[in-house]
Amino acid sequence: MSDVERWERETVAPFLDRVEERRQEFTTRSGRVVRRLYTAADVLRRDDGEGFPGEFPFLRGPYPTMYRARPWTMRQIAGYGGPEDTNDRLRYLIAQGQTGISIDFDMPTLMGFDSDHEDASGEVGREGVAIDHVDDLHALLDSIDLGAISVSMTINPTAWVLLAMHVVVAEERGVPLDGLAGTTQADIVKEFVAQKEWVYPVAPSMRLVRDMIVFSAERLPRWNAVNISGYHIREAGATASQEVAFTLAAGIAYSEDVVASGLPFDDFAPRLSFYFVADSEFLEEVAKFRAARRLWARIARDRFGAENPESMRLRFHCQTAGSALTARQPLNNIVRASLQALAAVFGGAQSLHVSGMDEALAIPSELAMKVALRTQQIILEESGVSSTIDPLGGSYAVEALTNEIEQEAAEYLEEIDARGGTVECVESGFFQQEIADAAYRSQLEKESGERVVVGVNAYREQQDGALPFEIHRIDPKTEARKVAALREFRARRDQARVDSALEELGRVAATDENVMLPTIEAVRARATGGEIVDTLRAPFGTYVETVVF
Amino acid sequence: MTDTPIRVLVGKVGLDGHDRGVKVVARALRDAGMEIIYTGLHRKATEVVHVAVQEDVDVIGISVLSGAHMTIFPQILDLLREHDADDVLLIGGGTILQEDVEELERLGVARVFGVDTPLGEIIEFIRANAGRRM
Repeated sequence: MSDVERWERETVAPFLDRVEERRQEFTTRSGRVVRRLYTAADVLRRDDGEGFPGEFPFLRGPYPTMYRARPWTMRQIAGYGGPEDTNDRLRYLIAQGQTGISIDFDMPTLMGFDSDHEDASGEVGREGVAIDHVDDLHALLDSIDLGAISVSMTINPTAWVLLAMHVVVAEERGVPLDGLAGTTQADIVKEFVAQKEWVYPVAPSMRLVRDMIVFSAERLPRWNAVNISGYHIREAGATASQEVAFTLAAGIAYSEDVVASGLPFDDFAPRLSFYFVADSEFLEEVAKFRAARRLWARIARDRFGAENPESMRLRFHCQTAGSALTARQPLNNIVRASLQALAAVFGGAQSLHVSGMDEALAIPSELAMKVALRTQQIILEESGVSSTIDPLGGSYAVEALTNEIEQEAAEYLEEIDARGGTVECVESGFFQQEIADAAYRSQLEKESGERVVVGVNAYREQQDGALPFEIHRIDPKTEARKVAALREFRARRDQARVDSALEELGRVAATDENVMLPTIEAVRARATGGEIVDTLRAPFGTYVETVVF
Repeated sequence: MTDTPIRVLVGKVGLDGHDRGVKVVARALRDAGMEIIYTGLHRKATEVVHVAVQEDVDVIGISVLSGAHMTIFPQILDLLREHDADDVLLIGGGTILQEDVEELERLGVARVFGVDTPLGEIIEFIRANAGRRM
């Protein structure tokens, strides 16, 4: 009989006879059954051990000294209205101590429609900033030193266009390309699986990602061409293990494409970056980040034959979970986001966005973003948790959960391979179905009250009353202003130069050559995003989803 | 007669791809015995109304998280009137401010549900109000 069995029988059982536990079974949001107690017996020792920070398999951190040398980048997202509106917000955040910037684009920009396109009607500048052409990006980044601050862009199907615009902005400002730091999200697999903004079918979309990675490896040594994103996968309803598995599956798919094009893994893998959510299930989340790091290190070494340790080191941006926030009693969201942010820091994030308290209601206000940034600063400066590396390392519970999540994710990866790989699983709807099933299970738990959401299905108030803060409102004139400015822009430019650049882009797209250089030339010529995206519709076609629910 | 199941068209109009909520609702309505036609993403108002008329649905449920709700719902209402189909119950959901909810309900959207609405409440509302086939 083990010590734990003895304790359960001699001490716990008689106590349970007198005092029942609060639930029959305790589970996490991901459906994982949590044990009453974790002990040394639950912590599986592995051949390569837990390692040390900055060493394979990077379980305890991607860098040797972590936040003692360099705090995570505080990167609150901004994006609404026209480029000037968002520029105001970016400069405000920088003035408040933000250390990196992050841009959200509106739906038309994400999907390749100019602001005056019929399908853009009602959507311009609403869920992000509207960027039609390179001069908009110039305005968005006005007075921001691109040589000194890194710029992250949440842009996917049209990411290669925004990267081209960013390169042209840098060139026209005289910022050397090798000094340009930042990230284009560009994770199209996650789009098909979860976030659902797409333009072209899977294969040509993958080719665009490949072209961006190859171009960046050659010309932009400090640029993360792709940010492989579990965030949206989780927000769409996935479990923690699914988040890890499906994200790494996307990373595997991109890497295979780039390797197949002839670029060795070690030449681009150090710039692959990742993105995860920090949801409310605190210990499971901390474990998830650690598990993802160890699993990716093994994949890089064993599957891709990486020799450079940098290629095996998973770095990630983290955002607290928007889906965990509630419209009821919205001040509670400050507390939720703080705990989630703390999980990200315990998990070793390189960069963090804390959600605004008002995000279940609207695009965040300036006040909400300031509180979110201050939350990060309080964790860094006041809590002391960043003074030591991986402070929860060695916790029986965290180590056991880390092993479990890694194991489950590894099993998913085997299943994905058996089903023909990542692209096949996107096209068959496998990922989408797994996520929809998990989302439904989780909703039913909330319905039944089994999963308590404070202020929503428990501790409710009869009358919520007036909101305790002002929410951000989009200027209703944004769309008309943007459309008028775009028409003027088109009238001003050298149309013959635009036409010839687009023609060359179309020619290259129909071959297997890299599209980045002709796209950059089209941007220089002042082609719009919509025109560039349209040029590739003929050779590429459009995506039609496999609908599952 | 209540043996004909309530037919509901559920879908997303506009460009945003946030379909977690709409899929959960579609599944809950199906589990509650309703017949569901799910449009998938990025639909136009004209497409939705066309399908609704073709399929002779009792209810249209549209989810919008992009902020374009004040453009989209009035379009659907106008199109339903044009097709003499304004007896179809139109309901909505998404991240929509209370003042916009009130305006949409005044314009003719039967009910706008928020992100924290229990599924049971949506099911009950449809059962109580999609009555024309009864």
